[in-house]
Amino acid sequence: MKRLQLHIGLVLVLLVILAGLLSLFWTPFDPIQVTSYNKLLAPGWPNLLGTDGMGIDIASRLLVGARYCLIVGVISVGLAALVGVPLGMLAGLRSGWVDELVMRISDVVYAFPALLLAMLFAAAFGASTMTAMTAIGIATVPAFARVARAGTVQVAASDFVLAARAAGTSKWGIAVRHVFPNIAPLVGVQASVGFAMAILAEAALSYLGLGTPRVTPTWGGMLRDAQDVWFIQPIQALWPGMAIALAVMGFNLLGDGLRDILDPRLRELK
Amino acid sequence: MIVQIGKKVGVFALSLLGASILIFLITNALPGSVAYVILGTDATPEAVAVLEAQLGLDRPLPIQYLEWIWGVLSGHLGVSPLSGDHVADLLSERVGITAWLVVLGILGSILIALPLGMIAALRRTKWSGFVISSLAQVGMSIPVFWGGIILALVFAVLLRWLPANGYVPLLEDPLAWLRHMILPVTTLALVQSAVLIRYVRSAFIEVLNEDYYRTARAIGWTPLRALFRHGVRNAAIALVTVIGLQLSSSLVGAIVVEKVFNLHGLGRLLLDKVSERDLVVVQSTVMLLVLAVLLINLLVDLSYAVIDPRQRGKRK
Repeated sequence: MKRLQLHIGLVLVLLVILAGLLSLFWTPFDPIQVTSYNKLLAPGWPNLLGTDGMGIDIASRLLVGARYCLIVGVISVGLAALVGVPLGMLAGLRSGWVDELVMRISDVVYAFPALLLAMLFAAAFGASTMTAMTAIGIATVPAFARVARAGTVQVAASDFVLAARAAGTSKWGIAVRHVFPNIAPLVGVQASVGFAMAILAEAALSYLGLGTPRVTPTWGGMLRDAQDVWFIQPIQALWPGMAIALAVMGFNLLGDGLRDILDPRLRELK
Repeated sequence: MIVQIGKKVGVFALSLLGASILIFLITNALPGSVAYVILGTDATPEAVAVLEAQLGLDRPLPIQYLEWIWGVLSGHLGVSPLSGDHVADLLSERVGITAWLVVLGILGSILIALPLGMIAALRRTKWSGFVISSLAQVGMSIPVFWGGIILALVFAVLLRWLPANGYVPLLEDPLAWLRHMILPVTTLALVQSAVLIRYVRSAFIEVLNEDYYRTARAIGWTPLRALFRHGVRNAAIALVTVIGLQLSSSLVGAIVVEKVFNLHGLGRLLLDKVSERDLVVVQSTVMLLVLAVLLINLLVDLSYAVIDPRQRGKRK
């Protein structure tokens, strides 16, 4: 059953990645060019999922949307991990006031939901993909810092770290050679779950009109367009929402599945 | 006990201070941005300087910060330089809708998640338990705005049973109020309950492995009776934490749901002001929402002592 979770997650994530890669080379129709004919077509041939209010093929826009969802996920989660993991390790290795300070600041940032921080950023710096990614990344830093700190505290108490210290390895050496490799799997699980949250947050921002500009095909933005025409072509609201849900579910299941595999190892560490 | 409460309130106050500084720094990160928003991006630097002096934006940041915080504490949240509206008036007009959404949404999600999560725990090895868990997993992946759009499509656009947007105050026409609230509240409740079901399930599975549960079953109690009499209070500690987190996330959910159903609550206000880049209003609205989140966290922390007698005597 647990392997099933992991496998479904892997398949869904791979599907999103393949769709994103495919859109770099080929889409059935032009995903951006507005046409004055073929507006709001029902699903059929050759527009498999129909066309939107600007006469653009929806299937093509969905494929390109996968690419943007991956870019946003990679950059915001990458930013969060790059800042959060070293901070968490620092807090875990240097207990005392450093630990207290890092974790208190992280608690303050944690009180800001990603969407709220992104709205604040959009007001201050203007709405764009860049501000959305930065805000989502910053809002996700505390999650990485907590995971990294908890893992580091566990690893730091183990015998091999004691041995390394006795052998004269520097603190820096212990962090890089012993602590990081051991907490990397935990960070991986967090990255997968964080990816799912980043996709949700970015979709919400694009839906609200505070993320990526409307010409660029994003799943959230497509839902916003679909809502404008839901009395004429209600079915259009189905596809982008389904794409978001499947991508989010993929990364969530992947994270859960990885955690279950790691579990025996975590118990061993204790 | 009192020391513990004092410490928690202290952490709350410090977090509030930290959050307010963070909000202030972000909204004031670009110098002159308020003036440029009012005058347009092609305004001359001289015109910007004159306006900044008029609005008091040329003074040092720490002074502006203290003035804002003093205003927040004494209820004067400032005046929007763009529209001339008092921020406090704007907020008090809008806060009602959002509060209804969040409170009813959370109540709804508990009503859905508690029984389903208990069943999923009791039947975790059977098909019905698996189906509930899988549905919760699917529900967790559904963005709240898509859930709202689908509900509105089915019940408002296709079946025409309920209105798809708008709001009527409760005191004006209770029935119309109810009809307008059903879809937004159901949206929030369904999406939130998906997360909650998973936690209820694992909290009750823990109870099922406890000795007191086995004893209760051994003396002939039915599983449900044993769970209700002993399980609920023990599971409550884990669940209060989650419901606290849920309250914060449904505040954010409400922002999005207000957009889906075109409700003019706090979220809609924030959205409009962010689009206009009216920083004065945004700054105070975000502060109010973060205050709500931190206050909920504090109450959750304090409630442990009430729920769990074991925590009362403990001192750290």
